[in-house]
Amino acid sequence: MANSAHLNYVLRLADDAVIQGQRLSEWCGHGPILEEDIALTNLALDCIGQARALYALAAERAGAGQTEDDFAYFRDEEAFRNHLMVELPKGDFGFTLMRQFLFGAFNWLRMEHLSGQTQDAELAAIATKAVKELRYHVEHARDWVVRLGDGTEESHRRVAESLATLWSYTGELFAPDSIDDWALQAGIGPDLTALHGRWTAIVEATLKEATLEIPSPTGWMQSGGKAGRHSEHLGYLLAEMQSLARKHPGVAW
Amino acid sequence: MVNSESAIWKRLETVVDPELPFLNVVEMGMVREVEFTGDDLVVRITPTYTGCPATDVIVNDIRSVLRATHPLARVEIVQHPAWTTDWIGPEARAKMAANGIAPPEGSSNDKSFLLGKKSVVPCPRCGSLDTQLVSAFGSTACKAHYTCKACLEPFDHFKCF
Repeated sequence: MANSAHLNYVLRLADDAVIQGQRLSEWCGHGPILEEDIALTNLALDCIGQARALYALAAERAGAGQTEDDFAYFRDEEAFRNHLMVELPKGDFGFTLMRQFLFGAFNWLRMEHLSGQTQDAELAAIATKAVKELRYHVEHARDWVVRLGDGTEESHRRVAESLATLWSYTGELFAPDSIDDWALQAGIGPDLTALHGRWTAIVEATLKEATLEIPSPTGWMQSGGKAGRHSEHLGYLLAEMQSLARKHPGVAW
Repeated sequence: MVNSESAIWKRLETVVDPELPFLNVVEMGMVREVEFTGDDLVVRITPTYTGCPATDVIVNDIRSVLRATHPLARVEIVQHPAWTTDWIGPEARAKMAANGIAPPEGSSNDKSFLLGKKSVVPCPRCGSLDTQLVSAFGSTACKAHYTCKACLEPFDHFKCF
């Protein structure tokens, strides 16, 4: 039933989730405090759970006996359709949490739309579950952005630098390409321009509370992830994530 | 008798959630449907969290309790409608509280969190409203870690979603 644009759209959602989950899982055993170590790995688990459900849906629609693992482990970086923001190295704790906030607010709004307004009933079912989990991702990240921004001189400086770096990756979230246009026309995906307005309101309120300066929305923005043009970082991430499955194809617990 | 739907439901009540061992999967609202199609038996369940590692254990446990009478029973995972804490009944909530876990409260559709509004979770031991969130991510994905400032006891809160 799925045409290639439709499949591509589902894979974007899945790729965002799996790459974000993989980056979060890198904090396992490295969190600054025990509670945050547990929190970040719990968040990673949510992302990977969502990725599995989305890849399973993609596999079912792609047919030809494909499985969720074929998508996660046996595609090269050019085939991944995640936003560039999620593949950036985890950085320090403030960087990870600022990304969790900026991307998380976008992802929550996107999933909220998909949960109630998409024509794709199976996608809606997954989104309905995901949006409830993502609520806690946004809440967690928002608290930390405020705490670090309105914290010590050191925490403010570091989280402000993270914001400056990440900001140039926010443009891609809201710049529709041909797949986004197709999804909007077909009643599958949200209107990214409308989403941008809602996202900006949430982000501005939080950054203000965090005593952080809101960067200019008209500066240079990175793009390419949605078209398979990735940063050098994705290749290293995939090399680690895919090594076991590729060395031992078909391996099971 | 062993083949009636109600008998199957009864046996499913012996399968517990491994992360909340005082609650069974029926009370949790995870079992959506029991269906006989000829000799075949299908049990449909909905996972609580998409990434919940307990789901696989629960699927295996359900197969185990049905194996004696229905060796070919299948367990299917259904995503729609999505599981919600609204499906946990009042008795199960009372059991949670009796086991020191503050049950989910309020509506799962509340959006005030977007602007930082927090919900109040009463202490399951002393009932005080003077409690504090320690971490939104506790011992399992579904629980948050709180502390009570009145009786000073730490406790888990089953998150509302």
